Amino acid sequence: MLLAGGEGKRLELLTKNLAKPAVYFGGKYRIIDFPLSNCTNSGIDTVGVLTQYQPLVLNTYIGIGSAWSLDRKHGGVTVLPPFQAQDRGDWYKGTADAIYQNINFVEQYNPKYVLILSGDHIYKMNYAKMLKYHKQKEADVTISVLEVPWEEASRFGILNTTDDLRIHTFDEKPENPKSNLASMGIYIFNWELLKKYLIEDAENPHSSHDFGKNVLPSLLQDGKRLYAFQFQGYWKDVGTVESLWQANMDLLDDEPQFNLNETGWRMYSVNPNQPPQFISRNATVNRALINEGCLVDGNVDHSILFFGVQVGAGSTVKDSVIMPNVKIGKNVVIEKAIIGENTIIEDGAVIRAEEGQQREITLIGENSHIKADDAVGLEVTKGV
Amino acid sequence: MEIMGVINLDNEQDFLNELTYFRCGAAVPFGGRYRLIDFVISNMTNAGMNDIAVFTRKKYRSLMDHLGKGKAWDLDTKYGGLFILPPDWNDPTDVSKGDLQHFHNNLDYFYRGKAEYVLISGSQHICNIDYQEAYEHHLKTEADITVIYKKVDMLEPEHKQCQKLETSHEGRVLKVTNEEYNNNVYMNMYIVSKKLLLQLVEHGIAHGASHFFNDCIANELENLHVQAFEYKGVHSVINSVQSFYKNNLQLLDPEFYHELFFSEQTILTKVKNEPPARYLNGANVVNSLVGNGCIIEGTVENSILFRGVVVKKGAVVKNSIIMQRCEIQGNTNIENVILDKDVTLTEGKRLIGNEQMPFVIPKQKVI
Repeated sequence: MLLAGGEGKRLELLTKNLAKPAVYFGGKYRIIDFPLSNCTNSGIDTVGVLTQYQPLVLNTYIGIGSAWSLDRKHGGVTVLPPFQAQDRGDWYKGTADAIYQNINFVEQYNPKYVLILSGDHIYKMNYAKMLKYHKQKEADVTISVLEVPWEEASRFGILNTTDDLRIHTFDEKPENPKSNLASMGIYIFNWELLKKYLIEDAENPHSSHDFGKNVLPSLLQDGKRLYAFQFQGYWKDVGTVESLWQANMDLLDDEPQFNLNETGWRMYSVNPNQPPQFISRNATVNRALINEGCLVDGNVDHSILFFGVQVGAGSTVKDSVIMPNVKIGKNVVIEKAIIGENTIIEDGAVIRAEEGQQREITLIGENSHIKADDAVGLEVTKGV
Repeated sequence: MEIMGVINLDNEQDFLNELTYFRCGAAVPFGGRYRLIDFVISNMTNAGMNDIAVFTRKKYRSLMDHLGKGKAWDLDTKYGGLFILPPDWNDPTDVSKGDLQHFHNNLDYFYRGKAEYVLISGSQHICNIDYQEAYEHHLKTEADITVIYKKVDMLEPEHKQCQKLETSHEGRVLKVTNEEYNNNVYMNMYIVSKKLLLQLVEHGIAHGASHFFNDCIANELENLHVQAFEYKGVHSVINSVQSFYKNNLQLLDPEFYHELFFSEQTILTKVKNEPPARYLNGANVVNSLVGNGCIIEGTVENSILFRGVVVKKGAVVKNSIIMQRCEIQGNTNIENVILDKDVTLTEGKRLIGNEQMPFVIPKQKVI
């Protein structure tokens, strides 16, 4: 069950018309491609995607799931928006409530285990390994954890465990963390048990219906077997403009920690089917990811171009992420920016942080139109 | 839809030496991510045609692999769609010969299709053509058959092998010739009503014909009203290694590239799940087409890189065509070369071909 209803407020303009999981990432992908591809690669062929905020693009994008081989006769991918039933009907009030409202969906498949994922993290993970561990430990719940630097531990949900990784307490953003094992928001539950707790939780008027705040603590309180599964590898929450930009830049290292080219664990995505990129006679391209359909006539350094981007002669794109179909004119300078899709940038425009600007990364929303004399400050939204 | 399509590969020879040892010409990779057949299929589906048959005779494994159920072109439909029709000689009473065998053996395809007209094409003419326009011309002139041609500005060696049209002022085809110096290059595409097609096929088989277009149409110009339709867009013919090489590099002309790929009709192909191309620190790429999944650390100039090619540091690739998943290791130097898929060029090698006669390395070689 993939929780993809997040509004993603901290991504500001990028999530004005989009749910966070539908935000573009890595020159080709949307964030939700990563958990969905992980499911496919882990052999999970029945996935429910819980949507709520701005679902249009996300729904269209997921379609019948063929991009991830999830167009199956039995199972496959099902988009689960909130709905109105005869006796009730509501928005999803919290992560646990979202699953509670879809108990019928899960019951159709009569599963033994349920994997709960969130749709806003960049990582590669074999959930089959986690399930194997869950069975080995005879656990009731397994939570995937990541060792974070001690000084950052107070920003996360921290799990305190015994030596064999059984969880005894759970601290949400503790001031003085006792451990540096942070929850990644990935859970495996025994379904029968989870169902019981979800129903109880739903009946509790004081609950905020959240896994981290309510369901997991009451499971712990009842002495259930909760285990931590240690994840190793690249994992990034791309919930802010800074982290989204940084995670994109991470892909540009000579030997990136997160390798998109790995053939054993492919990331799937809806392919746009455009011609190969054209790098012109006058272009220079260095440390870049460039997708099909791009026409580069200028200079691209340490940047990511999504499909269908044009960079005019004499223009420079540096340390930036350019989303699909952005047309950059001639002699444009773009530095440390994220440019939303379908934006037009006219000849001679300069987009970079000015001195005194609050933030170093300049963010331009989708469908904008930037003229040469526009002073591009912190954020610009124009056009549609 | 009013037109059904036939892609007739029966008369196309294995004209590309090493590149067609194990595949038919229509399946040869072209332009960084396509196969030759993609152009004609895309043109057909762009015109709204959704019954498309491929007459293929030899080496069609890779062609079938590429086309699949036709998903890339939205041809995986419940009714109609894509039909790959290899030859079938099980009928002992069959007296047909040549490509007429294909028409004869696949009469069901024509009977079942709802379209009233048929467009028949080969796969060697690369273009971005609006078949609807040709079809309207066909209806307007009330022709029996409409053949499509390109008036070329300059005759190139590859045009020598093409048939040419002699037309009247009204656009009626008077002769189909093999003349060397005629600019009206016949593009191996024609439109005919299904009814007339079936009549001509039957008549042709009864009279011992073997080549449908030449015997049943080109030889009957006095009895049939054959109209010529001029295609005015970008065009190349691929019928030799030289023309393959030259016309791939022709895509590096921005205007040509733009007209072929960025017109309202797009050319589609089977998609692969490759990540974007990755340019490492020190990469030096100019005037090139690069497919997704490439990892480039070396120098690439005036070249076409298909998907998933690796160019290591210290490698220099010039005026070359590098097909899928080739690996060019360090301190190598290649110029005027065509590498077929999965070739590995090991450290320190030098391969220099001639501009007129590029060096072709067959699939999966390690050099």
